Amino acid sequence: MAALSLSLASLFAQSSGHLTVGEPQKVAGKRGAAVESKIPVSIQSGFHVNSNTPSEEYLIPLKITWTATGALEAPRVVYPKPTMEKYEFSPTPLSVFTGNFDLVANFKIAGNAPAGPGIAEGQLRYQACNSTTCFPPKNVPVKISYLVQ
Amino acid sequence: MFRFSLAALAATAVSIVLLTAGCSTSSVKAANVKPDRDRHEAPEFALKDADGKLVHLSDYKGKVVLLDFWATWCGPCKIEIPWFMELQRAKKDKGFEVLGVAMDDEGWETVKPFLADIGVNYRVVMGNDQTAQLYGGVDALPTTFLIDRTGKIAAVHVGLASKKDIVDGVEQLLQAPKDGGIVPEPGLVIRAK
Repeated sequence: MAALSLSLASLFAQSSGHLTVGEPQKVAGKRGAAVESKIPVSIQSGFHVNSNTPSEEYLIPLKITWTATGALEAPRVVYPKPTMEKYEFSPTPLSVFTGNFDLVANFKIAGNAPAGPGIAEGQLRYQACNSTTCFPPKNVPVKISYLVQ
Repeated sequence: MFRFSLAALAATAVSIVLLTAGCSTSSVKAANVKPDRDRHEAPEFALKDADGKLVHLSDYKGKVVLLDFWATWCGPCKIEIPWFMELQRAKKDKGFEVLGVAMDDEGWETVKPFLADIGVNYRVVMGNDQTAQLYGGVDALPTTFLIDRTGKIAAVHVGLASKKDIVDGVEQLLQAPKDGGIVPEPGLVIRAK
């Protein structure tokens, strides 16, 4: 069963280079309710991505942009606390994310939403580096399934 | 068709050069300057500079060229750029030029203020995927090619290189005879009988 869950998760995972987005938590609620979905993110070992609040102006932040949220309104993403890491190419520590972490997407279900399922869609933009090399910014699709009860 | 075949051939040659040099997009390896027999032609390109002027790589034939693929969002690139400015100042009169290839998707709107801010003293052109493919993909930045006076790739550095490797490579290429003649490899002692 665990193996089946793992393979299903692998099937869903949206990977793009050095970052993988796992299956976001499904949400369900009544009209007007506040809901949240955890979005698992995994960074390849040895790499980092800039946090949502990079320490240098020239660095590209990690950011989710919603393209179609359907019955979900007022999207707000809570990012984890970044770590400050020192790299060979920077005189000062940089605000980054590494390893595995969750992004939390908060929504409100629209008061006039029709009952039934839907999907909120967006893109996670990131830019990855290791200690000596950087890679172009990339976008990974993010899809959250929801149910209006 | 002929032009396409040439481009494809050049891209393949560069890929082979990168592979044989042990360079990958996920590792850093300082390449030494190769012996002349192992060098391959640097693929020709035509890209615009900040003034909109078309720049061909072949414009630099007869000079040693440091071709630097970089981007404004790339931290390691920002470490190397001052080294390249220093080299440009010191070696320009000896037949050396730095040519930067900016890989920013946002184009000159982002790149021009950056260049002005740090006072880059060498020419920079705006790169594209087609040119990157000619040079083996260039997904990892910075990627720096040292090109000899005959237009052949003598060294490739993927990622933040050591300043010494870059400077030594440029020196070595500048000391080579201008007709592309054979130069003794470092450490090789020729004894008269």
